[in-house]
Amino acid sequence: MIRILKNHRRIALEIVALLLALICLSPFYFVIVNSFKSYKEILIDPASLPVKWILDNYINTWKELRFPAVFANSLIITICSNLGIIIISSMAAYRLLRVKTKLNKAIFGIFVMAMVIPFQSIMIPLVRVMSSLNLNTSNIGLIICYFGFGVSFPVFLYHGFMKSIPISIEEAAIVDGCTSLGVFFKMVMPLLKPMTATVIILNTLWIWNDFLLPSLMLHSRELYTIPLAMNGFFAKYTKQWDLALAGLVLSIAPMIILFLSLQKNIINGIVSGSVKG
Amino acid sequence: MRGRGKKYWLEEIIFIGPAVLFFSLIVLIPFFIGMTYSFTTWNGVNDEITFVGFSNFLSIFKDEGFIDSFCFTAKFTVVSVTLSNIIGLSLAILLTRRLKISKPLRTVFFIPNVISGLLLGFIWQFIFTKGFGAIGSLTQIPFFKLSWLGTESTAFWALIIVTLWQTSGYLMVIYISGIINVPTELKEAAQIDGANHRQYFRHIMIPMIMPSVTVCLFLAISWAFKMFDLNYSLTKGGPYNSTKSIALDIYIEAFQINRYGTGAAKAFIFFVVVALITFIQVRITKRKEVEA
Repeated sequence: MIRILKNHRRIALEIVALLLALICLSPFYFVIVNSFKSYKEILIDPASLPVKWILDNYINTWKELRFPAVFANSLIITICSNLGIIIISSMAAYRLLRVKTKLNKAIFGIFVMAMVIPFQSIMIPLVRVMSSLNLNTSNIGLIICYFGFGVSFPVFLYHGFMKSIPISIEEAAIVDGCTSLGVFFKMVMPLLKPMTATVIILNTLWIWNDFLLPSLMLHSRELYTIPLAMNGFFAKYTKQWDLALAGLVLSIAPMIILFLSLQKNIINGIVSGSVKG
Repeated sequence: MRGRGKKYWLEEIIFIGPAVLFFSLIVLIPFFIGMTYSFTTWNGVNDEITFVGFSNFLSIFKDEGFIDSFCFTAKFTVVSVTLSNIIGLSLAILLTRRLKISKPLRTVFFIPNVISGLLLGFIWQFIFTKGFGAIGSLTQIPFFKLSWLGTESTAFWALIIVTLWQTSGYLMVIYISGIINVPTELKEAAQIDGANHRQYFRHIMIPMIMPSVTVCLFLAISWAFKMFDLNYSLTKGGPYNSTKSIALDIYIEAFQINRYGTGAAKAFIFFVVVALITFIQVRITKRKEVEA
């Protein structure tokens, strides 16, 4: 009897959970379904499935948004920023942990404290600094900004992670005549892999989806990332929901596909990044 | 630094140099320049920079717009942090009860997080203006028939709804890892001692997952207080500036009205408040953590 009751309860819970999941997914249903409808049909009935599935919205949006170019821009910026952040922050963290001079302790302290500074407190002068260095005309300037903003948290994460790596191996290698750069890239870097994965995940979620910083740094349409292009597109086609929705589906698709294919790694990475952070 | 040779400094520069260089250029230098700007009336375009002492700060405290956005941001933070943590924790508890579908559901609840806040705002503009209307006319539930983005109170709740939808899944994931890490001995001991669900929850689980609570509160407060993208794309601060977050207010002040001086002063106040909140919050919750 008790067992049956328990079973009933479990089934009830499963149903509750399933309903919650459906509610959570329902916005996607509306967006996807309507992106295949004509403008008129969206206005008449946004809730039901399309009478006839049409692809015109996607064909038009693909061209109008210059999707392949915009996608490539986002990709270049995300990859370059990630590479730079990983190299400079892991090297700095390594040195700051292994050589604990007063200076290095102070530098580490500044990195940690600076994590509280909100972006809005620096964005106004930052625009000025970047334009006086002539770095506001290309995506290199934006990537450099990501290096600067992105470095402190990974330094902190790597610093914590490296404490568990025994120093004895490195000392032996130095005795054998390895340079410290050699020791770092050949021996330490490979051991950092789990933390590097976490850093990549957190950075990618941030940089790929970022809007404010690129909007302040990228002025030519040729360089626009997905959020920037979508912002312009949306302003131009306000209430043109047929095009806007197709654009939205295209824009969110890369990240969702990436997430669904690597979900376990991504969720683990996020947990270890946040819990240590 | 006596007694440290060339090699020491060379290595110091190679390893730490790049990080310090980029960090100073992008974060530290602008941060200090920003402080100086806040004492000037600079419009960002010409070189006419006049020092005006504290008058920017004084005018901010008299500026009803800024005080309003401060109150809005504070209210938004309190409501969204409380609700998103309650929902995140409830989902975590639900999905750690060995349901058959819990693995795929974790993925489902997490999905909104991988999308840019800007795009979420656009998506929900459609949901609030068209989708809700459609559900409303099908079901006749008044909730769906409101003009969500049109009135001041509903626009506030519209932002809350989207924020909860977006962030609860992230918090859930962190709570799940906390719940899973509660040692099994403790669970068994509680069962043997005849603790019921509620007692187990209050006296064992909550104290044991305090580290997760710290992290989640920290994240949720920082997201809510710094909200920009969603605010920018969903309500643009409207209707009648009733939903203008501080971050959006600073942005408009500097880049749309071109008052860099006041913008920088607001940004500095914003920094001080964020730093204070973070400091207080970490101190309080760290004290409540217990060792197993």
